[in-house]
Amino acid sequence: MDVLLLARGQFGFTVGFHILFPTLTIGLAWFLVWFESRWMRTRRAYWLELYRFWVKIFALTFGMGVVSGLVLSYQFGTNFSRFSDMAGPVMGPLLSVEVLTAFFVEAGFLGIMLFGWDKVGPRLHFVATLLVAIGTTNSAFWILSANSFMHTPQGAEWIDGQLVPTDWWAVVFNPSFPYRLGHMLLASALSTALVVAGGSAWCLRRNLYRGAGLAGLRVAISVLAVAAPLQILVGDLHGLNVREHQPVKVAAMEGLWDTTAGAPLLLFAIPDQDAQDNRFEIGIPKLASLILTHDPDGRVQGLRSVAPQDRPPVLPVFFGFRVMVGLGLVFLLLGAWGVWRWIGGRLETDSRLLSTFMVCTPLGFVATLAGWIVAETGRQPWLVHGLIRTADGISPVSAASVATSLVLFVIAYGLLLLTYLYYVFVLVRTGPQLPAHHAPAIRGARAGELADEVEPFVAARRTEP
Amino acid sequence: MDLTLILAGVIVFGVGAYVILDGFDLGVGILFPLMPDEVARDTAIASIAPVWDGNETWLILGGAVLFGAFPLAYAVALPAFYIPIMGLLLALIFRGVAFEFRIKARATRHWWNRAFATGSTLAAFCQGLLLGGLLEGVKVEGRTFSGGPLDWLTPFSLVVGLGVVGGYALLGATWLNLKTTGALQHFARRKAIQALGLSLLGLAVVSIYTPLKFPDVAQRWFGGTHWLSLSPVPLATAVVAVSLFREVRRGAQYAPFFYAIALFALAYLGIGISLWPHIVPPDLSIHDAAAPRTSQRFMLVALVFSLPMVLIYTGYAYWVFRGKVRPGDGYAH
Repeated sequence: MDVLLLARGQFGFTVGFHILFPTLTIGLAWFLVWFESRWMRTRRAYWLELYRFWVKIFALTFGMGVVSGLVLSYQFGTNFSRFSDMAGPVMGPLLSVEVLTAFFVEAGFLGIMLFGWDKVGPRLHFVATLLVAIGTTNSAFWILSANSFMHTPQGAEWIDGQLVPTDWWAVVFNPSFPYRLGHMLLASALSTALVVAGGSAWCLRRNLYRGAGLAGLRVAISVLAVAAPLQILVGDLHGLNVREHQPVKVAAMEGLWDTTAGAPLLLFAIPDQDAQDNRFEIGIPKLASLILTHDPDGRVQGLRSVAPQDRPPVLPVFFGFRVMVGLGLVFLLLGAWGVWRWIGGRLETDSRLLSTFMVCTPLGFVATLAGWIVAETGRQPWLVHGLIRTADGISPVSAASVATSLVLFVIAYGLLLLTYLYYVFVLVRTGPQLPAHHAPAIRGARAGELADEVEPFVAARRTEP
Repeated sequence: MDLTLILAGVIVFGVGAYVILDGFDLGVGILFPLMPDEVARDTAIASIAPVWDGNETWLILGGAVLFGAFPLAYAVALPAFYIPIMGLLLALIFRGVAFEFRIKARATRHWWNRAFATGSTLAAFCQGLLLGGLLEGVKVEGRTFSGGPLDWLTPFSLVVGLGVVGGYALLGATWLNLKTTGALQHFARRKAIQALGLSLLGLAVVSIYTPLKFPDVAQRWFGGTHWLSLSPVPLATAVVAVSLFREVRRGAQYAPFFYAIALFALAYLGIGISLWPHIVPPDLSIHDAAAPRTSQRFMLVALVFSLPMVLIYTGYAYWVFRGKVRPGDGYAH
């Protein structure tokens, strides 16, 4: 295998693994802000239980995100050194700002958030939670700005073999950035909502921690019901933006080979890169044109409009897009179902709904990964669209080095993911018990609302002289 | 104003902060398997759990600022050190997740102990390989690395690797001396002396080998009256090493840790004097590798606003968790 494919495979694998964790932490950080603010406002113990439970999952996930993210900050150089030299003047400063305004904030206040219950006051603790959430979102802002530049570069020009920024405002707010940021933040909200809904549904099904379970489920369904339709809207706008700047990517998403007026929306097909055609097409006439141009007879550019070496691999883009959109529609239905049951007052008793939410827990991540495959595979054969080809960006390293480290990453990450999931399950099984050694944290909870495990402790405290 | 020089200063500061901060928590990991018992291990971990993540962020900052301010150096050095960098990253992964996994594990806890210790030691060793390899120089043709995948592997870089392991163990031991009491503190003091020996050995090898092998380095230290104007560096190193030894023997709480930091700062200064003005010797100076001015300006604006804030709240986080960690202080959350 050649170095190009190996280097791409390694980067794709490590970045794909990494994105799972920020997807959850960005959303979960804001859920935690909400839980803690509700706890401070209402003093209902189940809000604290929710916080204390999900903060453990957050810590575990954050740790995975940190270690897998560290890898990426060096992999640009190890695997794509020529790209680093050419695009470093644009990408490097954006990543530096990300580290300075996001990673340090998160790392600095995460310690207080996790271990600082009895070291700082409740208000300061809340501020720490809030700052961690702001940090995670900041990080999404800067990394997506850098990523968007690779899709829709502007504000930089070639000088002496380097892409030199001439207008930073234009670089940061490049054309696809606002859509990509909105799309990713909503993806994060949806993925997190499904995870919180799944965990809460589990509690309700097992008849454990009913207060926390119901409150968690309600918050998750609220987020789902708002974010799912919004995501479809933002996704559509994002698609129109891609059509404007990367029409070949859209052609791959639609599986459209010839430039067509009144292009059909393909529900299923197997695109064949070599034959430049699809097999087993099932489509709805004119729908793709209607969605993309808002006109049933609008012209949509096909893959054949560019030379074969300028086309992305069609198969993964085509299927990734269908998986993402299909799941987006599932999320819309789930949100609607939840709201309908909530209004009917049967949210916590509808066992079919609860089981469905439990099963759907990981679907947000599947949709997010599928979306990233569409975006990044669809960018090929370019590293920076129209400016740097992937083949011109790789490092002068041996295939053996890349292959060996790829194998090690696959083994290591596989092992880590299994361990991570195992401990998440252990945490879910243990439930949101409030630990006795954090007495200041539960002070002020209404009597009779604490979980059973805490009762003996509270009783003991009451009888103390 | 020479922005390149200021940004080089930022990298020097960032890498220095990383080496000292992550140095002590990697050092705790290096000493981990030698600790007397599981209670001591829990206490040792509790002393670094709230801060290790922030410490490691300096490494990400170093990578990102190098990428942004000296993209050519980043593009040349990373492929050159492909294998030790991958080793470093994999080691840091296993040690990083061990913090979270080991408290939740019961039957498999000893595995996560091992992951934490091996990861920490390997990470320190790989950093030493990087330093040794960098001092030996990197082959460059045009704007790319032109050497082989194993160029960094020399007897010298292996010794530097051991020296860094010793140095981090010294930082870790003096940190534990500062943060703990009883048996663990006693253990830390004993290990501090041994680690000091290993670090000084590494330091001596670098100080003798590099001027002998590289005429430029010899010229820098011994040419003209340089030996006189630079003599405070080795003299101060000797004074710090002796004071460190005596303070540990005396049973001081704080002094050993700060002397260990001073020892690192001096060694770092010495390496800087040898390398200057190169960022990747022998061919790339900081000015050759510097990013265009617009990139430098953007980074400086960001740094001027955020670096002081980072320092303030990092200092605050350390302040919140000040004082001794007692055995049994959980770091569960």
